[in-house]
Amino acid sequence: MLMPKPNQDVLAKRDYLVTELRRIVADSEAVIDDKDDLRAFECDGLSAYRQLPMIAVLPETVEEISEILTFCAAEGVNVVPRGAGTSLSGGALPLADGVLLGLGKFNKILEIDYENRCMVVQPGVTNLAITDAVKADGFYYAPDPSSQIACTIGGNIAENSGGVHCLKYGLTTNNVLGIEMVTMAGEVIRLGGKHLDAEGYDLLGVITGSEGLLGVITEVTVKILATPEHVSAQLIGFPSSEQAGDCVGKIIGAGIIPAGMEMMDRYAIHAAEEFCQAGYPLDVEALLIVELDGPKVEIEHYSKKIDEIAAACGATVSRTSQNEAERMAFWAGRKAAFPAVGRISPDYMCMDGTIPRSQLPKVLKRMGELSEQYGLRVANVFHAGDGNLHPLILFDANIPGELERCEEFGADILKLCVEVGGVLTGEHGVGIEKRDLMGEMFSEEDLKQQQRLKCAFDPDGRLNPGKVFPILHRCAELGKMHVHNGELPFPDIPRF
Amino acid sequence: MQTTTITSDTQIQDMLDWALAGKHGLAVQGQGSKVALGRPVAADAILDMSGLTGVLLYEPAELVMKAKAGMKVSEVKALLDQQGQKLAFEPPDYGPLLGTAADMGTLGGIFSTNLSGSSRVKSGAARDHLLGVSGFTGRGQTFQTGSRVMKNVTGYDLCKLVAGSYGTLAIATEMTFKVLPKFDTVRTVLVYDADLRAAIACMRDALSSVHDVAAAAYLPAEAAARIPLDYISKPGKSVIALKIEGPKPSATFRCDAMRKIMAPFGDIEVLHSHNSAEFWSLTGNAAPFVGEKAPLWRLSVPPANADRVMSAIKDEGTDCLYFVDWAGGLIWVQLVSESDDGGEAVIRGAIGAEGHATLIRGSETLRRQIAPFQPVSSTVAMLNRRIKNGFDPENILNPGRMYLDEDGQGTH
Ligand SMILES: Cc1cc2nc3c(=O)[nH]c(=O)nc-3n(C[C@H](O)[C@H](O)[C@H](O)COP(=O)(O)OP(=O)(O)OC[C@H]3O[C@@H](n4cnc5c(N)ncnc54)[C@H](O)[C@@H]3O)c2cc1C
Ligand SMILES: Cc1cc2nc3c(=O)[nH]c(=O)nc-3n(C[C@H](O)[C@H](O)[C@H](O)COP(=O)(O)OP(=O)(O)OC[C@H]3O[C@@H](n4cnc5c(N)ncnc54)[C@H](O)[C@@H]3O)c2cc1C
Repeated sequence: MLMPKPNQDVLAKRDYLVTELRRIVADSEAVIDDKDDLRAFECDGLSAYRQLPMIAVLPETVEEISEILTFCAAEGVNVVPRGAGTSLSGGALPLADGVLLGLGKFNKILEIDYENRCMVVQPGVTNLAITDAVKADGFYYAPDPSSQIACTIGGNIAENSGGVHCLKYGLTTNNVLGIEMVTMAGEVIRLGGKHLDAEGYDLLGVITGSEGLLGVITEVTVKILATPEHVSAQLIGFPSSEQAGDCVGKIIGAGIIPAGMEMMDRYAIHAAEEFCQAGYPLDVEALLIVELDGPKVEIEHYSKKIDEIAAACGATVSRTSQNEAERMAFWAGRKAAFPAVGRISPDYMCMDGTIPRSQLPKVLKRMGELSEQYGLRVANVFHAGDGNLHPLILFDANIPGELERCEEFGADILKLCVEVGGVLTGEHGVGIEKRDLMGEMFSEEDLKQQQRLKCAFDPDGRLNPGKVFPILHRCAELGKMHVHNGELPFPDIPRF
Repeated sequence: MQTTTITSDTQIQDMLDWALAGKHGLAVQGQGSKVALGRPVAADAILDMSGLTGVLLYEPAELVMKAKAGMKVSEVKALLDQQGQKLAFEPPDYGPLLGTAADMGTLGGIFSTNLSGSSRVKSGAARDHLLGVSGFTGRGQTFQTGSRVMKNVTGYDLCKLVAGSYGTLAIATEMTFKVLPKFDTVRTVLVYDADLRAAIACMRDALSSVHDVAAAAYLPAEAAARIPLDYISKPGKSVIALKIEGPKPSATFRCDAMRKIMAPFGDIEVLHSHNSAEFWSLTGNAAPFVGEKAPLWRLSVPPANADRVMSAIKDEGTDCLYFVDWAGGLIWVQLVSESDDGGEAVIRGAIGAEGHATLIRGSETLRRQIAPFQPVSSTVAMLNRRIKNGFDPENILNPGRMYLDEDGQGTH
């Protein structure tokens, strides 16, 4: 994976930068320049790629962030914002000539506002901590990425993260009301707030999911919802993935939007069952977990309907959780699917693409063929309700060539997703992982149009460069300048 | 002014080439039902998109539809209805409010203005349902963003920018959006004769309950009297309305629970399905203000502030007619007393730093003179200008519809 070539001039003034950054932050220990200490930041959840940052800074106040960015902009230094570093696409991968801006110290809940059913928190607060803070009062924050115990709300906004509740309750973008952020020019702006629909152009909407390329988020206002009265899960097994996929479509077609609807293939079922004895049936090819929430009468009403639909689709097993412990057990297997697969293979790579659900049989079949072609096993766990696939490709990094084969296999899967009308990433972001595949989905002009947005916020391209876009453009050449025959001006700037 | 009826992409391309060559302003419009919303556009030609119709894809089991931007919303709704589905953000119809006919809105218009009805509190705004857009930028280039699947984080979410940009960034030709199932039962619980403060508390309790309230509005007696539905207008009292929808057993159960929660706030009635649908449609379309010309504002505020904001407006001696939607988060205010600025100073002053106000109806003179859209901070204004510049560097698309530049020139 090629990254922009480190700027030697910047590297040469590292000591000066460290000294100046120490002047900016109150706590001089918050500027890290020791190689061993920098190790902690060398990668995110996509650990196949590692890079030590030039310097890491862990500011404590918005003023410090503003000054750091102003300073870095003036010195021509690139900046990579970082939350908890759980990104699975390399979004928080440091740069050799860049400052890593860690937001871990921004971990305070600033306000719980039940009158307006929202909370104001700092970006470093974990996703789960938001729900934990209001749980006792009967509220929760809906988006629930599996990494919720660790990932931060700032990272969630940057990645527009989702979880099993997305189908009914939306992604991060549907649950964020406002933010405060600092631009690369050091300016602090507020977008939205406790009211609905931010005024003017929906900048909040484009910041969400912008992968740390447009600004540093320093405060967040999120919507909180009343915890549903009851929750129940149903476990439904099928002799084939096609039947399971068909059942998902029929449930939704019948007007039922479950709180969550997850699917696992035989491989994942067995791995999960071995790992945590969830009580999954082992004689099925596909397993659906359908969660319903609401009043008891509604759950019973829908549950009966779902049973009928499932039976008509050929389900061989259907069990409804009888109590909270059983519901948790149903989910335990699904939630442990990744580590469970991790136990049966030295390494695995988790892919993330979305497809139109009707294309599922075709995609599963083709993935099986690719698996044989590349000689690598693949396990499937996915958000069935919205077509978001998470194929896990198993490999052994110690065997020469396997990582590369795995990468190629992964790329083929994502291309397949686009081919059937889907997208390269449903929730993990483009980062560096899918950067070079962007051309599969967008024309050169579409990509340029996206980069013009980047230019509006960060004309010098200092924030998180090398991520998301396969080619770095200079803003001037994206502006009114005429490009003749694809001959680009500024041949000196990094392209990869 | 010349109007071109668009029936193909080639025509749009030609018009853009012409506009770019001569720096002509183009007014982009669907059926023109919202021409009177925002600043008057300085254009040399009108692009009438209403001929660009047709459904390109509709997969009910995947909850997705893709259609051409000139398609009438009423037709889309009728198609969805046949499959028991709906546009969950309940696109309002401001036609009658702005002095044009009803049922004129097009998909392009609805998504470009990001207007949503009463269910906004639960189901989100138009922008939350827009999955993909194809069209042209003001650079005269084709443009595509988003997709047709529910979950997509590939690149920047430019759909969000298109939604709410009032046609100042791009001309959308095709829109892909999320649809949702309709519930078989809709009930509306009414509480009569509460004041605004009690109503805000009542709506707060309802929305904080586990009963999944889909919409909550409060109409003071004066506004209620203008809703052509006996249950609302006849009692001659103010009314709090809470919408409950779902499969029948659930809706019935929650409706009963809601009656208990609301009992302390006043006498209760329940609207059945047909009446409920009628009521929320009238509310979403701001029916109490139809047929008049006085300046009309739409305020978005933190729900708990509604009482304070209204008091602040009235404390200024401003005579007005109002009602509240979105559990307090949306306030409609029609000025009764005369003022040169259409009440801008009083209203924006009352909102303070949290929230925004849009002038939905005002004379052309007024719309030129004041800012129909909430002014933004200088940094945000600069970002907006650069974004506009990135999409439409020659400022040919709906010039000046949203904001003026510092030099008074119409930009975005
Ligand atoms: C086991 C596991 C399971 C996961 N499951 C899910 C899942 O179900 N759904 C899902 O969506 N994701 C999932 N993820 C991915 C990851 O957790 C999310 O993308 C998460 O939102 C990243 O948050 P973070 O705080 O770790 O951000 P980081 O990894 O630190 O950063 C991610 C990106 O956000 C930027 N960023 C971080 N903070 C800020 C800020 N304050 N301002 C501006 N930019 C910022 C970074 O520059 C980077 O580009 C999973 C990850 C793991 C390891
Ligand atoms: C004793 C009584 C009490 C009423 N109380 C209320 C009240 O509290 N609130 C309120 O809003 N309305 C009330 N109504 C009016 C009644 O609900 C209306 O007829 C209404 O149009 C029913 O429509 P719906 O969509 O709510 O029907 P639903 O409640 O969904 O269905 C009830 C049944 O009524 C039938 N039905 C539906 N619409 C019509 C129609 N237009 N004409 C004839 N039959 C129809 C259908 O066959 C259906 O099976 C009352 C009517 C009566 C006779």
